[in-house]
Amino acid sequence: MQNHPVYTDNDPQSELSTLNLGPTHPATHGVFQNVLQLDGERIVSGVSTIGYIHRAFEKIAEHRPFYQITPLTDRLNYCSSPINNMGWHMTVEKLLNIQTPKRVDYLRVIVMELARIADHIICNGVLGVDTGAFTGFLYMMEHREAIYEIYEEVCGSRLTTNIGRIGGFERNFNSRAFDKLRAFLKNFPKTLKEFESLFNRNRIFVDRTRDVAAVSAETALSYSWTGPLLRAAGVDYDVRAMNPYSSYEDFEFEVPVGDNGDVYSRFLVRNEEMWQSLRIIEQALAKLDKEPSDIFHADVPEFYLPPKEEVYNNMEALIYHFKIVMGEIPTPKTEVYHSVEGANGELGFYLVNDGGRSPYRLHFRRPSFINYQMYAPMSRGMLLSDAIINMSSLNVIAGELDA
Amino acid sequence: MSDIQLVDAPAGVEGAGFFATSLDKVIGIARSNSLWPLPFATSCCGIEFMATMASHYDLSRFGAERLSFSPRQADLLMVMGTIAKKMAPVLRQVYLQMAEPRWVMAVGACASSGGIFDTYSVLQGIDEVIPVDVYVPGCPPRPEAIIDGFMNIQELVKTESLRRRSEPKYQELLAKYGIQ
Amino acid sequence: MAKIPNEELIKAIADKFDTSVTVVGEPYELLTVETGRETIIDLLTFLKTDPALKFIFLTDITGIHYPEQEKPIGVIYHLHSLTTNTRIRIKVFLADADVHIPTATALWDGANWMERETYDLFGVLFDGHPDLRRILNVDDMTAFPMRKEFPLEDPNRVDKKDFYFGR
Repeated sequence: MQNHPVYTDNDPQSELSTLNLGPTHPATHGVFQNVLQLDGERIVSGVSTIGYIHRAFEKIAEHRPFYQITPLTDRLNYCSSPINNMGWHMTVEKLLNIQTPKRVDYLRVIVMELARIADHIICNGVLGVDTGAFTGFLYMMEHREAIYEIYEEVCGSRLTTNIGRIGGFERNFNSRAFDKLRAFLKNFPKTLKEFESLFNRNRIFVDRTRDVAAVSAETALSYSWTGPLLRAAGVDYDVRAMNPYSSYEDFEFEVPVGDNGDVYSRFLVRNEEMWQSLRIIEQALAKLDKEPSDIFHADVPEFYLPPKEEVYNNMEALIYHFKIVMGEIPTPKTEVYHSVEGANGELGFYLVNDGGRSPYRLHFRRPSFINYQMYAPMSRGMLLSDAIINMSSLNVIAGELDA
Repeated sequence: MSDIQLVDAPAGVEGAGFFATSLDKVIGIARSNSLWPLPFATSCCGIEFMATMASHYDLSRFGAERLSFSPRQADLLMVMGTIAKKMAPVLRQVYLQMAEPRWVMAVGACASSGGIFDTYSVLQGIDEVIPVDVYVPGCPPRPEAIIDGFMNIQELVKTESLRRRSEPKYQELLAKYGIQ
Repeated sequence: MAKIPNEELIKAIADKFDTSVTVVGEPYELLTVETGRETIIDLLTFLKTDPALKFIFLTDITGIHYPEQEKPIGVIYHLHSLTTNTRIRIKVFLADADVHIPTATALWDGANWMERETYDLFGVLFDGHPDLRRILNVDDMTAFPMRKEFPLEDPNRVDKKDFYFGR
């Protein structure tokens, strides 16, 4: 605010300029358009336009059987696909009252926490890039590759994982997956520590991020913020702790909170969440040792797709395969809301079922969509350069934003 | 020290103190090893592109170190991710702003054909609005596949005749898309 | 604090709203009530401000379409009381010719885009909304794509003609 010149009517500079930021602007990390009114470098007002990759997930879901909706959920928040996959499986399991064995829950926890780390690596790494520090990004991306290699051992895919089935996993984790996981647990903390020492007390970084885009807890709640953003504003709402799913109640972890919801707090909260995720994964590995190692799905043949080799060689499996694929197994006519703690916040699935093979209506509560709507109002009065780092710390994922 | 490899010289006539080849080939080699890509990354494939650019896969090895976010200075438009109908005019605008010679790479199933999103809101392949040189399949393609697609673009660039862009056949192609 | 039992919640609502709010069911322990558009804002305000209930968090607003019902368009609210960890689902159904409902943006800023999305996909008109425009689809679209009669695939596609498949 200080030293801001006062313009008179005669001054040619008194007019506001309009900046069309996006949808292909490099600083917007995706496809968001913001038309900003600028007074010099200060933003006077802004209008967000979204929908540039609206893909009609909810409409497609009404035409797909339950087990074919998993690939759609992959593409919601593609930085942490496994959380979406697991969230969807658990929604259907809740609908069908399927109890999963503990080992399945723990394996899911491992995969979900890895996904959370992968997502936070991107967000915090890119925040570093936007404040002028490319190094941290390159250090961290190496370990995201390591996470992707673990995914590959588990499901064969890197990014859009499509992990799991309704009732569990399509195959057991192989020994290489565990080896890579242990290597990751050994190597990553070193880099994370290095990353933190590069940024946490770095004068330039702190000056760029401290008190930028601070949000009070009341405002954050009024805008229905969830996830690291809400926690950075000081509200300790975490679905994992509040409504534990997938046996999260068996784990010890802390929910980090920030003080004033600024970009710096969000950065610290995400970093701390990575440490907590590592803690959870270690506990899960220890718990897995006590579980029978050959269980990887619930015993629900009428909903769990049998492996292909059994379908071709086994009468019973063939019948179940046929029944599942043709949708001949009745499902309860009811509605269910299930939510998981996605990397960006509460990822909710509202499923209305009419007893058929596909949902009557499926609505995704997408944290990116709901978190992003504060962006334009909160940008007022901000410097353009601050608005850019504010956007990268919101971690809005275009696929989740536009569905 | 890593093993640094130089580009092989094109076929030509060599003698004491001189080397003669056609201008096409020299320019082709120079262009193909210094492409400036414009990453038009909209969704999932863009994340794989980040991996392609980052330390592990490192697209810079192919002379594409410098990403050009301005279409004016870009040689290669890499379209990565779903292009919705709302986005199509923007994509076309970006293509029109690029200077000739320009190449287009459709990365991933969505950019190539609409992918799994056969819906009212998604463009069924970017070749409905702009001409495409190389298609990379995958949902999303692995970084190796993106690099392979890039090498195919390099091959096209290397062998392209200098006159191709002024030929009537190329003009016809552009006219088909309503581009003058 | 522990979760508010559904019976207490039903009683609290019934005391205040008598018969204008009806209980639909409790699928998976999530209390679901239905009301009309006349009482929806009063109900939301009551749930948000009541000192014992404190449903201060708006989880979601969305729509649903039942073409064969008399009132085909539904608007569904999910509220969450963070202090007691209780959730509630509220439904309002609207007639096809008159899809007006008052906006909840005065209660929650976050309702803004949720209502715009519901308008965009279902055509529900939120009266009093500060900026009711399409959000996901292109501005010049005339239909509401999440309604059941709207086709999933683009009907103008040419590459799916029978001709190409030898039919």
